[in-house]
Amino acid sequence: MTIRDVAAGDLDAIVAIDLGETGVAKHDYWREKFELAARQRATHIFLVAEQEGAVAGFIIGEIKAWEFGSSPCGWVSAIGVANESRFTGTGTRMLEALLAEFKRAGIDIVRTMVARGNRELMSFFRSQGLMAGPYLQLEMRLD
Amino acid sequence: MKLQRSTRLALYAVLELADQPEQQLSRTEIAERFDISSNHLSKVMRELGRQGLVEAVRGVGGGYRFVGNAKRTTLLDIIEIFEPHTLDKETQREPGTDTAVGRTLDVVLDEISDIMRATLESISIKTMLMLKAKANSGN
Repeated sequence: MTIRDVAAGDLDAIVAIDLGETGVAKHDYWREKFELAARQRATHIFLVAEQEGAVAGFIIGEIKAWEFGSSPCGWVSAIGVANESRFTGTGTRMLEALLAEFKRAGIDIVRTMVARGNRELMSFFRSQGLMAGPYLQLEMRLD
Repeated sequence: MKLQRSTRLALYAVLELADQPEQQLSRTEIAERFDISSNHLSKVMRELGRQGLVEAVRGVGGGYRFVGNAKRTTLLDIIEIFEPHTLDKETQREPGTDTAVGRTLDVVLDEISDIMRATLESISIKTMLMLKAKANSGN
C-alpha cells in the first residue's frame, strides 16, 4: 500500500467511496477540496491510499490557527476507506501519514469531529489514541 | 459518572487479564494487584465467565484468563453486564415530567446520556490497554 498526494485522476474513486458511506455523490465538493489542496498544500493536505493501482482510501487534513481561540492545530476533516479495504489497516496508515505531515509542519495537536452515532469511526479514532478535547460542539436549528 | 463497585472490579479484572491473554491469574492475584476484596471479586468473575469474557482454568497454576475479543468488547459492554440500565433514558413518568420544566430537564439529561454512551461504546478493551501502555511510558 502506498500513501501519496491525491491526483486529479483519483477523484472518481473518492466520490465513489464517499457515496458508499454517505449515499450522496458530491463531485463538486471533492473537486474543490482537490483544487484547494493543489493551491495550498502547506495547510490543506489531501492524501490517498493506493493498493494494486486502485484508490483504497483518502484522508484530508487542514492546519488551522486561532479558530475558536485555539492555537495552531491539525484537523482531520475527512477520511474514507473503500469497502473492500476495511479492516486492513488502511485508515491507520493514512492517519499516520497525515500526522507525520502535521508534525513536519510543527503541529502538536490533532483534532477531528465525529458524529456521536458513528460507532465505527468513533472507535477508529479512539483506537488511534484520540480523546475528548477541551471543546464541545454546540448547534441549534434555525427554524 | 460513578460506577458501582462490581462494575469497577469487573473492568479491573478484564483489563488485567486481557493485557496478557496467554497468562492465567488467580482471583487472589487480581485482588492483590488492586487491593480489593477477593470475595467480592469472586461473584464478579463468575458473571464475567457466564458472559464469555473470562475462563476459569482449573488445576495447579490455574486461574482465570481472558477469552473475549479485546478489539470488539467495549467499556459499555462490561458496564451493562453489571449496571444494565445505567444509561437508560427516563421512560417512567416521574412527577412533573409533563411540565415544560420537566421536559426541558429531560432534554438536557438525555444529552448527557448520549455523550456518555457514545464515549463508553467507542472505547474497546484493546484501546484501553493502548492508553494504559501510553500512560505507563509517560507519553
